[in-house]
Amino acid sequence: MVASTSASLRIDSRKFPGYELPAPGAPGHRDGARVGLEKPLPEKVGIEASAQLRGKMATAGGGCVADPGSRSLLRLLSFCVLLAGLCEGNSVERKIYIPLNKTAPCVRLLNATHQIGCQSSITGDTGVIHVVEKEEDLQWVLTGGPNPPYVVLLEGALFTRDVMEKLKGRSGRIAGLAVSLAKPSPASGFSPSVQCPNDGFGIYSNSYGSQFAHCRAFQWNKCYRDHNLSPNGSAPAFPLCAMQLFSHMHAVVSTVTCMRRSLIQSSFSISPEIVCDPLSDYNVWSLLKPINTSGTLEPDDRVVVAATRLDSRSFFWNVAPGAESAVASFVTQLAAAEALQKAPDAATLPRNVMFVFFQGETFDYIGSSRMVYDMENGKFPVQLENIDSFVELGQVALRNSLELWMHTDPMSQKNETVLNQVEALLSTLEQSGAGVPTVVLRRLNQSQPLPPSSLQRFLRARNVSGVVLADHSDSFHNLYYQSIYDTAENINVTYPAGQSPEEDLNFVTDTAKALAGVATVLARALYRLAGGASFNDTIQADPHTVTRLLYGFLVRANNSWFQSILRPDLRSYLGDGPLQHYIAVSSPTNATYVVQYALANLTGKVIDLTREQCQDPSQVPTENKDLYEYTWVQGPLNANETDRLPRCVRSTARLARALSPAFELKQWGSTEYSTWTESRWKDIRARIFLIASKELEFITLIVGFGILVFSLIVTYCINAKADVLFITPREPGSVSY
Amino acid sequence: MTAAVFFGCAFIAFGPALALYIFTIVTEPLRIIFLIIGAFFWLVSLLFSSLIWFTTATLIGNKDEPREKYLLIFGVLISVLIQEMFRFAYYKLLKKASEGLKTINPYEKAPSMRLLAYVSGLGFGIMSGVFSFVNTLSDSLGPGTVGIHGDPPQFFLYSAFMTLVITLLHVFWGIVFFDGCEKKKWYTLLVVLLSHLLVSALTLISPHYGLNLVLAYIIMVLMGVWAFFVSGGSCRSLKLCLLCQDKDFLLFNQRAR
Repeated sequence: MVASTSASLRIDSRKFPGYELPAPGAPGHRDGARVGLEKPLPEKVGIEASAQLRGKMATAGGGCVADPGSRSLLRLLSFCVLLAGLCEGNSVERKIYIPLNKTAPCVRLLNATHQIGCQSSITGDTGVIHVVEKEEDLQWVLTGGPNPPYVVLLEGALFTRDVMEKLKGRSGRIAGLAVSLAKPSPASGFSPSVQCPNDGFGIYSNSYGSQFAHCRAFQWNKCYRDHNLSPNGSAPAFPLCAMQLFSHMHAVVSTVTCMRRSLIQSSFSISPEIVCDPLSDYNVWSLLKPINTSGTLEPDDRVVVAATRLDSRSFFWNVAPGAESAVASFVTQLAAAEALQKAPDAATLPRNVMFVFFQGETFDYIGSSRMVYDMENGKFPVQLENIDSFVELGQVALRNSLELWMHTDPMSQKNETVLNQVEALLSTLEQSGAGVPTVVLRRLNQSQPLPPSSLQRFLRARNVSGVVLADHSDSFHNLYYQSIYDTAENINVTYPAGQSPEEDLNFVTDTAKALAGVATVLARALYRLAGGASFNDTIQADPHTVTRLLYGFLVRANNSWFQSILRPDLRSYLGDGPLQHYIAVSSPTNATYVVQYALANLTGKVIDLTREQCQDPSQVPTENKDLYEYTWVQGPLNANETDRLPRCVRSTARLARALSPAFELKQWGSTEYSTWTESRWKDIRARIFLIASKELEFITLIVGFGILVFSLIVTYCINAKADVLFITPREPGSVSY
Repeated sequence: MTAAVFFGCAFIAFGPALALYIFTIVTEPLRIIFLIIGAFFWLVSLLFSSLIWFTTATLIGNKDEPREKYLLIFGVLISVLIQEMFRFAYYKLLKKASEGLKTINPYEKAPSMRLLAYVSGLGFGIMSGVFSFVNTLSDSLGPGTVGIHGDPPQFFLYSAFMTLVITLLHVFWGIVFFDGCEKKKWYTLLVVLLSHLLVSALTLISPHYGLNLVLAYIIMVLMGVWAFFVSGGSCRSLKLCLLCQDKDFLLFNQRAR
């Protein structure tokens, strides 16, 4: 049979994306993909698939490893059902395997010196499923069970360091690990982060013991209960339910190694096999008053910076609900931006205000370190000298008794000038907070360092006077920091049952009201810091905006408001579940786009241009592309709900590249900048099936050999005696007795 | 399931065919050629029957369960008919070709019709076995076995044995068929056709693999016996052969001439 595969291995031809901003109208570089997650993910392989999907795999035509060649030819001719039931191509495969769709794999991330994450062998790892619901069940897997290797199915609450330490190192008996989400979230908290996240440089952890892990509950239930459970703790009988996990990662050791290998490949190979990609995306930023972005500001122009982070992460790839770690903060800042823009004298304030949303802060401050680097090298319109003060929003959704803590850096305040500036900053904040009864601003008693925040990167470069607003005074209130359980429930965003999605969208939750209070304080403080005085008390953040944003980011992205603010070609980026906030390697991600367009909608203006003018405003004399960003958005549905009313939105919301300077400078072992990369892979999936006992397989083989040998012997004998056995009728004078 | 099952089933299904090929076909190039032509004729018959099945499926249009099943049964029956037609066509071709063969090779004895019957039957059988089983065989290499949806777990073994029986049946049908054509005994053709239809129809009762297989093997044994007698065997020659008295028989035969 000719060995050609129909779904052949696709060669990756994706080039490294450039460092420039994406052109308006171009969605950035995306390839096809195939993961059954709610967030569409770009694929690493160049050839096919829709522009929506993203991921890093090339599927190799079904589950079978060997001899796929015959299958494609056979498919062509297999309309014939000659011997029904024996000639049915991949319907035999359907009788054997059940692919698991709703899973999230754990992938390998690398930094300058270490790797974290999970890995499988290249042919996948297979093991008999065993469910571990309490710690005692581990004994079966580790020592008692007679049919190793096992794939351990952990209940979510057991996915802890102690259990993993016990499983670590028993790779002979354990083929893999799958975790089912604990519902409700574990009460004692769950966070895969270390004690001190982003500690100066890095979340150092050794490569985690297990082979790899998937999460979420799936159809193992029936298969397991039917075949793997046996009474009285005796060994269950074959055939047993087993699972096979594929997540072979290409990158190893560290970023230095994998980037070096990728570089060698791309220099010398015709079809280079890149093994890892840097984590990168875009920061979103906007200004209260527009400036000419083709140049830089004068040193006299002062800017107040309001910053927050956009991203989060979890143990599993592309699952990063980040409700308290990121979403609440940036939603608050979006509401503050809207409120400030509505101030009547916003255009005439002495100092400008820049709202910036940093991407990649989870991974050693990718976005903020890049912005500082760009500012130092004049590649960003605002320079470090222009920064007057810096207000950052940390985690703000879990406030105890209305308290919002103001964290400052004690080290830089040793300088007298900075001390005074920070003092002024704090008093401005307190004055702004005085008018908002739902927020009580508190200073810290003792001198305490800053929590993990983007301000730290700015302070590394220059002594700016800055403050971080957070709901915690010392340790986090977030029990699920950067984990899969940091969802809407974690910040009490719940909706009454029985409502339609539209009603949920517009339902103002208590959390939304609380965050609106924080946004009001922030907006008023920024107004004062920017030099405004008269309209302080009229600035008010809208809880309605806050709740719509929270609903869209945490519950259901595909709602009417999000649909109306996006460009028409980005429509399908909104899934039916929440958006995920992992930075990933293809950019811009869905969440980044949605934040940019939400910012544009909330702070920009609808202007009367046609579509062509909007996409190229250089022809229009009154509009200036350097000052503003023009986008053609879908708009709301018309009255009959059949069509949309698109419009042109003019705003200052832009994207700025967030790729760690370490990759610009090719310093892959840098200790100064983030060096996080994500490994590439070809195939990530899981499937369950039954396996037969080794005895049965052996018997089959023996029977086969036996039949072969027997038929050889018989044929030889018959052949040797053929002239005796088969008398030809024409032979003259046959036997005559 | 794994490599063990792969090789086991492969040997079960193709072992006898391989043995026959090694010991009887490989020695003579002309036989190889006729084998391949036979296999090709079977392939063409498959092509035609699949075309018919496909056009019927397209014409019928919608795909609900009972219709799929009837379409399948129809496809199977048509395919059997067409295979036998092509067997007849091959017979006619060989008849015409035997004249031509004599001119090509005047010094060597042309293969007899009985031999050609056997070779053509083997060609049909090998190709049919390969086509029906190779797909299943490739799926048996993976780690899983059939059964998660409730199908019987001995699926691969059943398929292998079924393939074996079909291959051997084609050999026997070939021998009987050609003999019937030679001696103008048309009822032989009918019997071959009917038994082929029966075996194929039996495979449609797919969940009951055991019954299926046992009946198929019974038919194979019966056809085998018939083919043995048709090709010149007799009880006496068999007895002589088994009791190793053939040496005496030959000497006796020669003396008698």
